[in-house]
This record gives sequence, structure tokens and C-alpha cells, in this order.
Amino acid sequence: MEQIGAAALPVIVGVILLFGFFKDVDVFDAFVSGAKDGIKTTIGLLPTLIGLIVAVNMVKASGLLEALCALCGPLVQGLGVSPEVLPLALLRPVSGSGSSAYTLSLLEQFGPDSETGKIASVLASSTETTFYAVTVYFGAVGCKKLRYTLPAALAGDCMAVVLSVVTVKFFAQI
Amino acid sequence: MINYIWFGMIALSVVCAAVNGRLPELSSALMEGAGSAVQLSITLLGSMCAWLGFLKIAERGGLTRLLAAGFSPIIDWLFPDYRGDEGLKGKICMNLSANLLGLGNAATPLGLSAMEAMAEKAGDGVPSRGMILFVVINTASLQLLPVNMAAMRASCGSAAPFGVLPEIWATSLGALVTAVAVCKLLEQRSGRLCTWNR
Repeated sequence: MEQIGAAALPVIVGVILLFGFFKDVDVFDAFVSGAKDGIKTTIGLLPTLIGLIVAVNMVKASGLLEALCALCGPLVQGLGVSPEVLPLALLRPVSGSGSSAYTLSLLEQFGPDSETGKIASVLASSTETTFYAVTVYFGAVGCKKLRYTLPAALAGDCMAVVLSVVTVKFFAQI
Repeated sequence: MINYIWFGMIALSVVCAAVNGRLPELSSALMEGAGSAVQLSITLLGSMCAWLGFLKIAERGGLTRLLAAGFSPIIDWLFPDYRGDEGLKGKICMNLSANLLGLGNAATPLGLSAMEAMAEKAGDGVPSRGMILFVVINTASLQLLPVNMAAMRASCGSAAPFGVLPEIWATSLGALVTAVAVCKLLEQRSGRLCTWNR
């Protein structure tokens, strides 16, 4: 299965190239003109990224996350879930690299095939870094108003937290 | 909204660090964060240019139109405003396929190019309902094969790296459906409010 995943990228690039080539597209010229757009987009994105990553780093370094977890911990334990999963649920929408590192530490601590390890695996790969996606996508086109984006996106994230626990517990029984 | 969240994150961090006595860590986190943002955009610059280059080939060759035609039923239902716009639908399809295949570093450039095309249609800095739904879909993560997670599990000595596949499919699909449903619901409500206000 790992090989399939690794092969996906070259195969897609190959299909795009072959298709363009046989449709008489000047493929290199097209590539260069597309790549040129990439420079403008990335440079335009830099201020947004700096603002976002600085804020996320500060939240991580200040111990704000631990404080939040200490507040919500008893609630989670009452539901029969290991409290170590909670920081992951809070970290996942905010920081991609941070939540990967935390997932890895959970897998090492509890074992990847334990219930906690499974919940962490499912939760980490069932949602995206919501705040990163929202800030970057709207930052790139200069939208300041988000309207109802965050409620909808966070509803999905909450559902992922609930379902990761429910599905792992459910599939363990059959 | 981002205004308040950003302010809240930084203000609460400063208060929290002061209480915990972690102010020195906080200042180094600030400077490191700014630096790592620049590093990230340099990494991003490469994949952004490469993928937008391949996207241009796919567009000129007509592959994106073909993809858009194939996914038309679902794209038309999700994004009714772009029904006639094959080029834009093609960009949306490219992003959604990259997400589905788990190609995160391709999905972002393709998604940004779709966002730019949608923003052109929307005009004034207020996101259209299509843009909001598109971003919401991109904050969810439906993947056919979560290869990175499997690799991580394997490196920790899992007996079944892909063993949680059904759980991941069910959870990510449920999260995606919830996000889209809430988005469509709020969209209708805000639509009604607008007409009512007029």
C-alpha cells in the first residue's frame, strides 16, 4: 500500500505531461508561465504566514494549551477517553507540525495498536489544520470577512473528535 | 473574525506566559515563529511553482476540463454558482483530487489558484458562498490512503499500519459531511437575512 501512495505523484505528473504533449501544448512554456504565477502567490502569502505562525508559536510556548487541557481534562476522562488525547484535539486545527509531533509521542507512549494510539491515529489523519487553511486561503485573495466559515469548519472538526472515539471503540468490538 | 482570533491568541499567550513565568520562552518563540514562516514559504515556493506549472499544462491540454466534466454532477451541486464555468470547475476538481489522493503539497497551490479565480468573480473583499464552501471542504481531510499516518504507525512498530483505515474513512467522511451540511445551512440562513434586510 505504501508503494501505491508513493507512486501516485509521479503517475499524475506523467498523465498531465503526456496528455498535454499529445494535445500539442508547448509543455515547457506552459510550465514556466504557470510557475511564474506561483512566485507572486507565495510572496503575497508571506505576511499572512508570519502572522499566523508567530501566534501559533506563542500559544505553544506560553503554556496556554496545557492550561486549556487542564480545564477540560476531567470532562474527557468522564467519557472514558484517555486525557492525553485532548491536547491533540485542541492542537490539530491550529498546528500541523505540532500535532504530528504530538501524535508520534502518543504512539510511542501507548503503542500504535492500543486504543489511545488508534484514536490518535484516526483523529490526526481525519482533519486538516483548519486555521492554517482558513488563514492561508482567505489571506491569499485578501478577504478579511470570513462570514460563517469558522463555525462550519469547526463543526467538522468537532465531529471528527467525536467520531474518532466512537469508531475506534465500535470497530474494536466487532 | 481573524482579527479577534489573532488578538486573542497573542494576548492570552502573553498573559499565560507571564503567569507561568515563561516570558523568555515566549520571546524566543516569537522570533523563531517569524523565521520559520519565511523558511516555510521558501519550501512552499518550490512546490507552489512546480504545481502551478503542471496545472497550466493540464489546463492548456484540456485535462482539467475533462476532469471537471467527469465530476460535474457533484461539483454543480456543491457550487451551483459556477455551473457554466468549466475552467474554474477544473481548478476546483484538481484541488479536490489532490486532497483525495493525499497530496497535501499539491492541494494548497491548486486550491489557491481556484480561490483566486473565484475571488475575481466575487469582486469586493467579501467571500462568496462558493469560496466559503471551498475553504470549508479544504479544512476537512478525506483521503483514500492516509500514507503518512501509516508510515508513522509503522515506524512505531504497529502490527497493522493500515489497520485503522475503516475508522479513518468513517471519521473523515463524517466530519466532511458535517462541515458541508453546516456550511450549506448557514449559507441559506445568511442568504435569507440578506434578502430580508433589503
